[in-house]
Amino acid sequence: MTTTPVRQTVTVTVNGQEYTREVPTYRTLVDFIRYDLGLTGTKEACSVGVCGACTIELDGRIAASCITLAVRADGANITTIEGVADGDTLHPVQEAFINYGGFQCGACTPGQIMAAKALLEHNSSPSEAEIKEWMMGNLCRCTGYYQIIESIQAAAEAK
Amino acid sequence: MHDFTFHAPDSLSAVLDLLAEHDGDAKLLAGGTSLTTLLKQSLIAPDHIVSLHRVPGLDSIEVSNGELRIGGLTTQRDMERSSVVKEHAPLLAEAYRRVATVRIRNVATVGGGIAQADPAMDPPPSLLILGASVVATSTRGERVIPISEVYADYYETTLESDEIVTELRVPAQPSGAGWTYIKYLPRTEDDYATVSVAAIGSVEGGSIADIRVALGAVAPTAVRASVVEEALAGQAPTLDALREASQAVADIVDPTDDPRGSAWYKRDMSVVFTRRALEQVLGVS
Repeated sequence: MTTTPVRQTVTVTVNGQEYTREVPTYRTLVDFIRYDLGLTGTKEACSVGVCGACTIELDGRIAASCITLAVRADGANITTIEGVADGDTLHPVQEAFINYGGFQCGACTPGQIMAAKALLEHNSSPSEAEIKEWMMGNLCRCTGYYQIIESIQAAAEAK
Repeated sequence: MHDFTFHAPDSLSAVLDLLAEHDGDAKLLAGGTSLTTLLKQSLIAPDHIVSLHRVPGLDSIEVSNGELRIGGLTTQRDMERSSVVKEHAPLLAEAYRRVATVRIRNVATVGGGIAQADPAMDPPPSLLILGASVVATSTRGERVIPISEVYADYYETTLESDEIVTELRVPAQPSGAGWTYIKYLPRTEDDYATVSVAAIGSVEGGSIADIRVALGAVAPTAVRASVVEEALAGQAPTLDALREASQAVADIVDPTDDPRGSAWYKRDMSVVFTRRALEQVLGVS
């Protein structure tokens, strides 16, 4: 039984800035982002890759950071919710979520926005069915789903 | 979580050497969507994890002699979107499209899913009826294993602990035949199936020429419903014939009670969804 955790160095680029930290090999990426880097916009809820709260962009594709090891992300290019706005200018998806009430308690919102942004980058004018299929992996316990769909439709029209 | 040494080799040969060196005490990590969950729940506790994220290649989708050759590190998202897969085995593209959510399919791999051998995963019934095979590679060489001989039990395969799935081979689906993958989900769309059925079928001269059926999520491995296939081959495709043949799956499934349904319910639904799949692929209503 090892008493001292095995630690390894992880270097990642998050929202354009490079970070290097030494962490236990068992550190999940969501914990690394929140506690080692202090970027607490990304949330952890279900911890098993189902709810979507921890959604980040990992090398250009959305992924669940709660079931990704930080050491597995060594060398990766990551975008989190903190990197979505351009300075003080919000991303169109963020603007739409505000204007159309796409959030209630807000716990799922960073993940919803990361997923919605990825959808619009992949499909600039999704149908309602396509929005529902893509977003089904992002749960909202406040059940504000229709406002989320309206927000995404509005963001698609605004682009 | 358990403590482990994390290896990130940059070649397949280095992966094979690490597996041989730590035989039985190393686990491979591809997309990690299943392995990380098992680690977090302390269901596995390897001292070594060998990550495949720096291994180049093993992610191409090609056709050779009418057979799809899919690298073990191909993501499930790429299977869903590949025009080559859609053209040669649309059933397989559909089965991968139904796996969990896009966030999971973006990183989960073909080889990782096969090695994980969860009987409720979406691809296994389709892989069975398409007659897929797996190339397993170790320092001892390569062997080709029919997929029906890969799945052994719940989360268990016949792969050796020093082997890696380097390729999936899938014969092209017969063009013109009907096909379907039905995923019965009483809860949410991203869930594992309560019962799933994959089928391919065709009718020639008024009788059933080709019929293949397999079920997922209702036994320790995905199961081929050979008993249904044998009962229907050469028969006229009538609703009564399909209804009677479907009854036989009740005896070949072995479901468990879980939050997705009780065992008796899954057994009953296996019969119902087998019949519906047969109706679809044979054009009977």
